[in-house]
Amino acid sequence: MANTIRNTTRQRKETMAGYLFLAPWLAGFLLLTIIPMFASLYFSFTRYDMLTSATWIGLDNYVQMFKDQKFLKSLEVTFTYVFLSVPLQLTFALFIANTLKKNRRGVRVYRAVYYLPSLFGGSVAISILWRQIFNKTGLFNQFLAVFGIKGINWISTPDTALYTLIVLAVWQFGSSMVIFLSALKQIPADYYEAASIDGASKPRQFFQITIPLLTPMVFFNIVMQVINAFQAFTPAYIISNGTGSPLNSTLFYSLYLYNKAFSQFEMGYASALAWVLLVIITCITGLLFGSAKKWVYYD
Amino acid sequence: MVVSNAKSKSFLFHALIILFAIAMIYPLIWMICASSKIGPEIFQSKSLLPKQLTLENYRTGWKGISGYSFGSFFNNSFQLVIFSILGNLLSCAMAAYAFAKLNFKGRNLLFTLMMGTLMLPKHVRLIPQYIIFNKLGWVNTYLPMIIPKFLAMDGFFVFLMTQYMRGLPKELDEAATIDGCGYLNHYLRIIIPMSVPALISTMIFTFLWTWNDFFMQMIYISRLEQYTVALALRMFIDSTGSNAWGALFAMSTLSLIPLFLMFIIFQRYLVDGITAGGIKG
Repeated sequence: MANTIRNTTRQRKETMAGYLFLAPWLAGFLLLTIIPMFASLYFSFTRYDMLTSATWIGLDNYVQMFKDQKFLKSLEVTFTYVFLSVPLQLTFALFIANTLKKNRRGVRVYRAVYYLPSLFGGSVAISILWRQIFNKTGLFNQFLAVFGIKGINWISTPDTALYTLIVLAVWQFGSSMVIFLSALKQIPADYYEAASIDGASKPRQFFQITIPLLTPMVFFNIVMQVINAFQAFTPAYIISNGTGSPLNSTLFYSLYLYNKAFSQFEMGYASALAWVLLVIITCITGLLFGSAKKWVYYD
Repeated sequence: MVVSNAKSKSFLFHALIILFAIAMIYPLIWMICASSKIGPEIFQSKSLLPKQLTLENYRTGWKGISGYSFGSFFNNSFQLVIFSILGNLLSCAMAAYAFAKLNFKGRNLLFTLMMGTLMLPKHVRLIPQYIIFNKLGWVNTYLPMIIPKFLAMDGFFVFLMTQYMRGLPKELDEAATIDGCGYLNHYLRIIIPMSVPALISTMIFTFLWTWNDFFMQMIYISRLEQYTVALALRMFIDSTGSNAWGALFAMSTLSLIPLFLMFIIFQRYLVDGITAGGIKG
């Protein structure tokens, strides 16, 4: 009897402590996440410029989107960016990690060098540098000139501008590489020894042992990188001076939303854009999780 | 024969890896070299190294924009970074302690919700948050960026530290309970000192992300006086025109130095942090 009483008071104390320790997060979750989320859902059904009060217009914002050429273009640009940069980046990361997994001489230095771009890559400074590299007179064309090729201005050509940004994303494969490296180290060496004795070649070992055992990490990386890539902003903003030019070819979704909200003050429309983005990201992560059963290997 | 074959294989391995590594960081090296070249030499000269080393670009660049020097911009960025770090260390560690070490009703549901926020694009909260911060008169201050940190809104770090604290030996918790040690004592005296590696990872990534952030800073800061390095660099492109690439590269190079230093000093924690959470550096 005394014991149960002691237990319940202990439990009550622990609950109190739990909520006290969580208090800052709870406050933030309520005031900076839940309420703003519902508020932006509400704004998405209104016309709102922050100066006059919001007017309810029902589904108009959502209907308008389908006729909005810029919106459709930004979807195309963003999807191209996500579906090219994420797989390319992860392939590079996996390949280099596998090459650098053995502790040979100098390998630590190589790892550090390959990691560096992902440390700097998100900064304004690198976006500025990128603008220069793919200029008419830039570094990339100087390199092509060595082979006698006369390059174009890759940044101001609509067909190539987006690809310079994809290259920038792939260049930052270092952090995924670090994750793969640590996962590779956890694969027991006897697996490979047993495979060698059975006469399995190195490539076969890679595809039959390494890849399957790495799938949980690959899956995790895909999910996180896809979510991040959908929200990419800085490089497109810097390279295009915030316009998404040339011909909207670098108009990332995030950039379009930013321009709607903070240049044109169409807060209602921008809120609708935000919710569509949430739905897109949720669907894609949902699909990824659904597909995981088929290809992710858990032991 | 076998030996020389292995040797030449190893040589080939190193040669390829080094070649590719040089290609990877060549743009960075090029930028550093360009920042110490004299004006027109940057694009005309074919050689990487400057004919004559000059710090002129650094001197011109440092003067900054309309009377505000890069000294002021660096100072602002550091202020923002320091408060962001403080906020994340305080609040995320507290939340993590509750999730990892305390048993209470609703904990699992709240943890699931917290994990859900990791996948939430910032845009769905952005506009109402802007309206709230604007009403509070916080636009053109750093509060809209700092206050969320004190409210543990970087869920990633809550997750990182929760995972870390869950991995700490349970015997210590039991010993603490027997000793009649309260939760606050348990947290401050036992859990926090043992979680130092996770705290350092949090610190480093808060530093990197805040330093590199451009989106939030651009939305909330429009007065030159409060400009951070990221905003100033962006402004620099417009205000100096294309003939001042030297100064622009000089300041860009400077802006990367703090990141590089973090990397050099905390390399091990950086790697641990990325590995633990599987995140973008």
